[in-house]
Amino acid sequence: MQLTLEFGGGLELLCESKKIHKVNVDLPNGADDLTMKHLLAWVRTNVIKERPEMFLKGDTVRPGVLVLVNDCDWELSGQLETTIEEKDVIVFISTLHGG
Amino acid sequence: MEANGGDSSEIVRELEELKLRKAEIEHRISTLEAKLHETAAVERLDAAVSNGYSSPAAIEHGLDHGLSPDQIYRYSRQLLLPSFGVEAQSNLLKSSVLVIGAGGLGSPALLYLAACGVGRLGIIDHDVVELNNMHRQIIHTEAFIGHPKVKSAASACRSVNSTIKIDEHVEALRTSNALEILSQYDIIVDATDNPPSRYMISDCCVLLGKPLVSGAALGMEGQLTVYNHNGGPCYRCLFPTPPPTSACQRCSDSGVLGVVPGVIGCLQALETIKLASMVGEPLSERMLLFDALSARIRIVKIRGRSSQCTVCGDNSSFDKHQFKNFDYEDFTQFPLFAGSLKLLPKESRISSEEFKEILQKKERHILLDVRPSHHYKIVSLPDSLNIPLANLESRLNELTSVLKEKEDVNAETGPCTSLYVVCRRGNDSQRAVQYLRESGFDSAKDIIGGLEAWAADVNPNFPTY
Ligand SMILES: [Zn+2]
Repeated sequence: MQLTLEFGGGLELLCESKKIHKVNVDLPNGADDLTMKHLLAWVRTNVIKERPEMFLKGDTVRPGVLVLVNDCDWELSGQLETTIEEKDVIVFISTLHGG
Repeated sequence: MEANGGDSSEIVRELEELKLRKAEIEHRISTLEAKLHETAAVERLDAAVSNGYSSPAAIEHGLDHGLSPDQIYRYSRQLLLPSFGVEAQSNLLKSSVLVIGAGGLGSPALLYLAACGVGRLGIIDHDVVELNNMHRQIIHTEAFIGHPKVKSAASACRSVNSTIKIDEHVEALRTSNALEILSQYDIIVDATDNPPSRYMISDCCVLLGKPLVSGAALGMEGQLTVYNHNGGPCYRCLFPTPPPTSACQRCSDSGVLGVVPGVIGCLQALETIKLASMVGEPLSERMLLFDALSARIRIVKIRGRSSQCTVCGDNSSFDKHQFKNFDYEDFTQFPLFAGSLKLLPKESRISSEEFKEILQKKERHILLDVRPSHHYKIVSLPDSLNIPLANLESRLNELTSVLKEKEDVNAETGPCTSLYVVCRRGNDSQRAVQYLRESGFDSAKDIIGGLEAWAADVNPNFPTY
């Protein structure tokens, strides 16, 4: 499955300062579709290069990280249960506080 | 000239005084000019009336939107906008806005809000203008370096528009004064730079039922949204749990390109103008994400109000009394003001003067500098060891072996080696000492106020940044 992953608000520092990642993710064994839960585990293993605790806490993203699936807050699509489809764009963004 | 040759601090002081007086005189001139212009406009109208072009009654009735001739002239380009017009301008003139923070975001926001004719504009900030702010805090001028940002910003706003009311709040916003100050305004603009302020301001807006125009910027990125508007979410609906402190950076610590908060501050002014004048669609339940380097702006849909929210949710019992007693620094583990964090007991800390004595007495110690390495490269104290806070856990063995080396060399003499920890301002050093003590380094102490205190109290020639 072809996906575009984007990291922002400082999260890109966890993946070699690269903001946009075009990736190919296979369906997990025996699963009918790819959920955000699968994808987070995949990102943790294949994309995050350092300080994973700055990205994940338990099985979800750490506090202060917004997840957007096709420009829409994942809270509105079922969070970890959100189903991901071909060509989806998933954005992970850390909230900023500076000014 | 009577100046004693060589006494440059005296000259600098006099120069500053003169610059401040110059700014005050310029402000007085612009106020008088505006007054003169207004008087002249009224006289022109009177003349037109007495010449029989129009009757006084017609004029009075012609202006029933409440705008004076001077206001019509000043705001004409907005009145000419079909989507804005006299009604929106009239709403704007009746509105009141509080901008919290006169920094990188607040600077352009305040200038535009003053210029466009918000009726009453409040400015709150406890800080003073510094040279290293000026690349982004464009409302301030060099004449105001060392003076309160609120005074400087108010003077700039008045020189742009002397006809609006400007309230100066030269104080820090705290739970003790927030309700009273915010309640005096229709719309609140969050232009602060830290998590505890953001939670405090949002909670206060929920309690008072005020819309909150929230902006943030860091490095090359910015974010913008409107909270607590028309049934939309509050800050806590989005971020019920504060982020780890390692994910909370200030511009003064991580850097920022000046124009980036400028862009977000302008957009905050725009959203505020829309709310105050009641035109357009506010950026509620949506968030604007700005990436300056790739020149991309993305507007995303965010969740609505959460019924589970501990502050604005259906079963929330959060009230004004709880707000006043809520410890936002403890909640976020982050100081409201740079340098104010108090994590450690007194006996785990020393002052920069005390550390100077330790150096003079050549007491056996290790000085650990926990700033990021690119900070360490700018300037550092001699004979210090740099392990950035973010890597401390993984590089603890380095510290253990350096300590052991010292112990071995000095095996027969005196007490054991002490460990002192320093950072830029004395926040990260406290976090490091807390962690080190938990990890068995019982002698670890932090230097209060960090290198900034060292420069201020011990060595004035030590560079600050
Ligand atoms: Zn809420």
